Amino acid sequence: MEWEIVIGLEIHAQLATKSKIFSGASTAYGAPPNTQACAVDLGLPGVLPVLNKEAVRMAAKFGLAVGARVSPHSVFARKNYFYPDLPKGYQISQFELPVVEGGQLEIQVEGETARVIGITRAHLEEDAGKSLHEDFHGSTGIDLNRAGTPLLEIVSEPDMRSAKEAVAYMKKIHSLVQYLEICDGNMQEGSFRCDANVSIRPKGHEALGTRSELKNLNSFRFVERAINIEVERQIDVIEGGGKVVQETRLYDSDKDETRSMRSKEEAFDYRYFPDPDLLPLELDEAYIEAVRKTLPELPDEKKARFISELGLAEYEAGVLTASRELADYFEVAARIAGDDAKRTANWVMGDLLGALNKAGKEIGESPVSAALLGGMLQRINDNTISGKIAKQVFECMWNGEGDADTVIEQKGLKQVTDGGAIEKIIDEIIANNPQQLDQYRAGKDKLFGFFVGQVMKETQGKANPAQVNQLLKQKLA
Amino acid sequence: MTAMHTKTIAQLSAALHRGEVSSVELTTLFLERIKAHNPTLNCFITMTEAQALAAAAAADRRLKAGDGAPLTGVPIAHKDIFCTAGVKTTCASKMLDNFIAPYESTCTAKFIEAGAVMLGKTNMDEFAMGSSNETSYYGAVKNPWDLERVPGGSSGGSVSAVAARLAPAATGTDTGGSIRQPAALCGLTGLKPTYGRVSRFGMIAFASSLDQAGPITYSAEDAALLMNVMAGFDERDSTSVDCEVPDYSANLDNSIEGLKIGLPKEYFDGGLDDRVARVIDAAVKEYEALGAVVKEISLSNTALAVPTYYVVAPAECSTNLSRFDGVRFGHRCDDPQDLFDLYTRSRGEGFGAEVKRRIMIGTYVLSAGYYDAYYLKAQKIRRLISDDFRTAFETVDVIMGPTAPTTAFKLGEKADDPVTMYLSDIYTIAVNMAGLPAASIPAGFADGLPVGLQLIGNYFDESRLLNVAHKYQQATDWHLQVPTAFK
Repeated sequence: MEWEIVIGLEIHAQLATKSKIFSGASTAYGAPPNTQACAVDLGLPGVLPVLNKEAVRMAAKFGLAVGARVSPHSVFARKNYFYPDLPKGYQISQFELPVVEGGQLEIQVEGETARVIGITRAHLEEDAGKSLHEDFHGSTGIDLNRAGTPLLEIVSEPDMRSAKEAVAYMKKIHSLVQYLEICDGNMQEGSFRCDANVSIRPKGHEALGTRSELKNLNSFRFVERAINIEVERQIDVIEGGGKVVQETRLYDSDKDETRSMRSKEEAFDYRYFPDPDLLPLELDEAYIEAVRKTLPELPDEKKARFISELGLAEYEAGVLTASRELADYFEVAARIAGDDAKRTANWVMGDLLGALNKAGKEIGESPVSAALLGGMLQRINDNTISGKIAKQVFECMWNGEGDADTVIEQKGLKQVTDGGAIEKIIDEIIANNPQQLDQYRAGKDKLFGFFVGQVMKETQGKANPAQVNQLLKQKLA
Repeated sequence: MTAMHTKTIAQLSAALHRGEVSSVELTTLFLERIKAHNPTLNCFITMTEAQALAAAAAADRRLKAGDGAPLTGVPIAHKDIFCTAGVKTTCASKMLDNFIAPYESTCTAKFIEAGAVMLGKTNMDEFAMGSSNETSYYGAVKNPWDLERVPGGSSGGSVSAVAARLAPAATGTDTGGSIRQPAALCGLTGLKPTYGRVSRFGMIAFASSLDQAGPITYSAEDAALLMNVMAGFDERDSTSVDCEVPDYSANLDNSIEGLKIGLPKEYFDGGLDDRVARVIDAAVKEYEALGAVVKEISLSNTALAVPTYYVVAPAECSTNLSRFDGVRFGHRCDDPQDLFDLYTRSRGEGFGAEVKRRIMIGTYVLSAGYYDAYYLKAQKIRRLISDDFRTAFETVDVIMGPTAPTTAFKLGEKADDPVTMYLSDIYTIAVNMAGLPAASIPAGFADGLPVGLQLIGNYFDESRLLNVAHKYQQATDWHLQVPTAFK
């Protein structure tokens, strides 16, 4: 039987606010345990939550960016359950009336046609703390620094049909929240993570199969891996005559397997109800329009502009707009370089990303800044150096030897464009190689390259190649 | 110093400002009275003697410097539901027997700023759940008018202390009548302000959408002085309301000629004790003599108030009390075997029976499959109850009736019958459901026990309530009666 895979994702994006969603404590990552948890975060008796307006603005921004409805009236609800790292015994979230409803996003898996994925809703909620099971000798430590950190939970429709699509969707959201500057996207620190709802059904069937929920997938690779493993497991279960049960499963990346955490019967009754400590969130049209005005150019718009205005190919534009940082880098470099955006694109995608990849660095950590690269490209464009010499200049800049002009100056890499000087060198080479000259003139055209090589060798690659070609043709004729 | 303990706050404030008495002298007097009578009444959980004397000395310096506010140097008591920095804050529960609050509630902080002197923290029903002050972990509180009777609840310690003249005023909180009912049972003036008028920050939550702090005093004039300190917007409480705070003392003497009083017929039916009814009738007649016009009104959903309240309040308290889990503060059981054991034994040992009962009711009504039938329905009825009042206030200025159906009952009389106990709040609960302000003022006695008259006002109409109460207190002296044993 041929199976169709059905996937929906719940992405948790940590909003990049300075303080927590309901308290004034800092959200900075990495502080010593419990040093960033105030009385509100600790859930002490008598304390009350006060909503962080910045978190609301960020949620609204996201909603507008995915073409969703930013709700004029949404409600915070308590999700009740006991857990040691959940200080109040409930999480403040949104349940029946979320702040963002009904958006969509177009995704593209390489080699396939683009698809539109529905976004059911996005709601604001607070994060829990962290339980630490190591170093406590049979006990558990609780770090509440993360408690109260604002999260935007983005829930998709079950519209994805492969692990690759799920990853493409997740990457697209990951890029989008960074474009919007509402999330730092740092997956290692848990700022961006997701749960996947996975089910299978016979191809062509309408009815959805029973799903399992895969928890806390914190890398793109794990999402793909976990989904594929889970799909295989479900197929095995069904084809073996069994039934998939609705349950929550945990992906274990060490063992590369998913295993059951709890079944539907064991699922919590969260007893959601509107939080009486918080008034409903009311956002009027003027507010929503004001937020709309702050929206930056979004990835798809940027990509289209790179193609139409800068003359990049679809693929290049796609790669360069995948993250806002890379797109910004490219644009700065291209502006400084002056003309030939395509050349800038090639350098960024080729030499720069290659070097970064080799060094295991992110674009933000590049030793060669956009300004440095742009400055160098300017020197190619104005014929100060050739593309070949530029590779040498790039390496020097990467090693911190200064900007392109400094490197060119110090290493004497300036292209020789003085016709007389080149002519003199050509004359000498012709005089020193009479045999090759005869053979060339007798019709052995290939030897033209030999002469070019000799000139370049003599000028240490600095002669303007076009000029060399032209002069050699005259002299050898 | 003669009989300073029977003076009103207004009188004490004047004496302090004139230098006739010092705050240290006053504070010492009340501390001595607490020491003498608390063993009998059990109205204080914690006495803060050293802090009180230090605060009194500071207040005296402030008064001397001519920098005194109306309450500077005046001793008061706080219900042990307000977090007070560095002082044990128990909510009368074993769960918080070891809890020293690391911060100050907004309400008590305002009193500190005003220069008032805290004598101690008063006893109460555990987590404010009760109408007799019998659910306290620290034992029942006695009514100074009759030591065999309850003072009412949940602010039972506050009213007992003020009625026995162990403190000239106290704070209380009112979720379903917890200021007004005990004020009525102990012959005091108690005001529950409009929901949102006084900050709830640092006040340990029972039912967040109903809880409201207010003053317990001898007179309306004193209540106004306390309200001038307590009321106001607080950015740390999202449900506090950002609207102007009037000077509550300014309009006390306004004429009430032509005041339109509504008497809800549902407040005078079968459940009301005849003796109480007679006192209320007499009080209403007094108002007519003062020029007010009385008409009968109907609050048709009155009978639904108690059952609705016992869905909403337990629902909210069941989750408000989830934070008491033995993990970060409060009672933790000995030698927990695992997480489940830690939770169940810590909570099982830490909470008393009434608190457990309400947590269970609340958990039940919020559960999947029951939510719509109970919680959602209760919210709808709550709206109907509010609408009743809204309609009534289209034709009347103030609604009056009894505060409680009976006078103070005997200790133990209703302790094993929760439903009968719940019905003692039958006239007060609807006010909390609607979020309206209401006061209880002393209106006379029935068989030697105080009877309270309830005045219900429109939203943020506390000034008028205090004015209406004050005019009555100018014409009567019920509010100045002192129980014989505490004169």
